[in-house]
Amino acid sequence: MSGNDILVTDGLSKRFGDFSAVSDVSLRIQRGTIHALIGPNGAGKTTCFNMLTKFIAPSSGRITFNDRDITAMRPADVARLGLVRSFQISAVFPHLTALENVRIALQRKRGDSFDFWRSKSALEPLNLRALELLDSVGLTSFAYSKAGEISYGRKRALEFATTLAVEPEMMLLDEPMAGMGHEDIDRIAELIRHVSANRTILMVEHNLQVVANLSHRITVLTRGRVLAEGDYRTVSENDEVREAYMGAGHA
Amino acid sequence: MSVRLEAPAIAADATARDRRANAIAFAVMVGLIVLAPFVAYPFFIMQALCFALFACAFNLLIGYVNLLSLGHAMFLGLASYVCAHAAKVWGLEPVSAIALGVAASAALGVVTGALAIRSIGIYFAMITVAFSQMVYFFCVEAPFTHGEDGIQAVPQGRALGLFDLSNPWILYVFVAIVFLFGFLAVQRTVNSPFGEILKAIRENEPRVISLGYRSMQYKLAAFSLSAAIAGLAGATKAIVAQNASLTDVSFAMSGEVVLMTLVGGMGTFYGPVIGAFIVVSMQNYLAQYGEWVTVIQGVVFVACVLVFRRGIVGELAARARISL
Ligand SMILES: Nc1ncnc2c1ncn2[C@@H]1O[C@H](COP(=O)(O)OP(=O)(O)OP(=O)(O)O)[C@@H](O)[C@H]1O
Ligand SMILES: [Mg+2]
Repeated sequence: MSGNDILVTDGLSKRFGDFSAVSDVSLRIQRGTIHALIGPNGAGKTTCFNMLTKFIAPSSGRITFNDRDITAMRPADVARLGLVRSFQISAVFPHLTALENVRIALQRKRGDSFDFWRSKSALEPLNLRALELLDSVGLTSFAYSKAGEISYGRKRALEFATTLAVEPEMMLLDEPMAGMGHEDIDRIAELIRHVSANRTILMVEHNLQVVANLSHRITVLTRGRVLAEGDYRTVSENDEVREAYMGAGHA
Repeated sequence: MSVRLEAPAIAADATARDRRANAIAFAVMVGLIVLAPFVAYPFFIMQALCFALFACAFNLLIGYVNLLSLGHAMFLGLASYVCAHAAKVWGLEPVSAIALGVAASAALGVVTGALAIRSIGIYFAMITVAFSQMVYFFCVEAPFTHGEDGIQAVPQGRALGLFDLSNPWILYVFVAIVFLFGFLAVQRTVNSPFGEILKAIRENEPRVISLGYRSMQYKLAAFSLSAAIAGLAGATKAIVAQNASLTDVSFAMSGEVVLMTLVGGMGTFYGPVIGAFIVVSMQNYLAQYGEWVTVIQGVVFVACVLVFRRGIVGELAARARISL
């Protein structure tokens, strides 16, 4: 029955001490769609991402990816299955160049890189693909800049290119456009649409314009619980959502 | 499209500059190693080279994986004892004895690393201290190490049955080769596909994990490699000094290697070498001041940290905008 759902959660919950950050969240993400997870600050979106990618262990509940129970898996192994995340706080390797950042991801396909005796010139064949990816996010002229020295928006773009480099079957993007200017937002939105052609995307995004334009389905989270789910229209017409979410300053 | 052509050109220039700077630095270092025995006491230079290699091994962890080991003397000391014992009691020729010492330290690195690597930051450091204290205790108690006396009068023997290391000149060449081998091994490791992942782990471990790398395995491999190279330094030192003693497994020795690396510049190739020579020279030439050596060392250390935050080489490289 879940043949068309790539990622399924059952009663996913996370407690930090007495505080329930996520309570009983059951999601079904359809293969090949762009699914948005929205909600006010502190709703538990990032905590959900952390659990889905096994960066934190759920207090209870079950996670299934491609019909495989991944609840007890380690984060690197989840990534190897093709479920790869980005981070809300820009996660680049600051002292490496943009090219090297992307190449770290591309290196994975060589298998495990334990070859400490080989020169890193062995990685040069990956440069072309890395440059292509940088070009797709508009970073060609920053390929040889240290990632720590480029603007915040560009770091986000670089992070996106890095995530894309591992060619994940499913991408979890945590606010991929936060801190970006209009032009970059348009570029990344277009890119997300483009790369979603043969993969599934679950994204957290505060920019409702982007959410409306991109996503097939939206789940609204407040205080750790699912408040509503459906397409943009259904969700935006939901009174509870208007009150909890739009009312909270995100007009 | 013009931007596209321009950027790689600048970058190629920057890497070419780095490469040239490194080639020059390496040539200068080799030149100094060749000249040194004519102006300084060769035994002193050989010992300093062993410590320099030890610092390079330590730097591989702190500088490129951001792992602070405060128990690294266990690898230096264990290899030193094993090598001394193998050469003296089992009568092995020095290269085999050194190889055995390296193997012992590498094995110790795998075991202690597997347990320590699960912790991070100060907890990792504390676990390495705990292990090194255990190794110290073992070396005090085990019969083959001869406790407080240590292993004395270790024969230098003929390397590979051919080169008589009791000849000071041949010994010097031998030690220089071992040092350069270890130094280049660290450099190659850092500049390998493996090293790229290590640096990425240093910068942002969660991100590396999220890309599907089991970062623990990389850290363990780096830790074991570092242990092996520290062992190479310790075993060679046993042949040079013809003894193995508790000094080399002591907590003070673990502290000294931190000092050497910080003074010279962690995360640089040449910093630990220069730092080791500075610290060893200070101990040597200030020995007449007795207890004051420690105080002077402390002052130099504090001054270095305050004036050269990145260490001597780190500071120079940053100013010249190159990486050494
Ligand atoms: N490690 C933690 N320990 C304790 N509380 C936590 C922890 N991580 C998150 N929380 C709390 O859980 C709640 C949900 O946080 P989360 O980061 O998932 O929200 P979010 O929906 O991503 O918000 P934002 O839009 O601000 O990113 C917050 O109240 C937060 O303070
Ligand atoms: Mg968040």
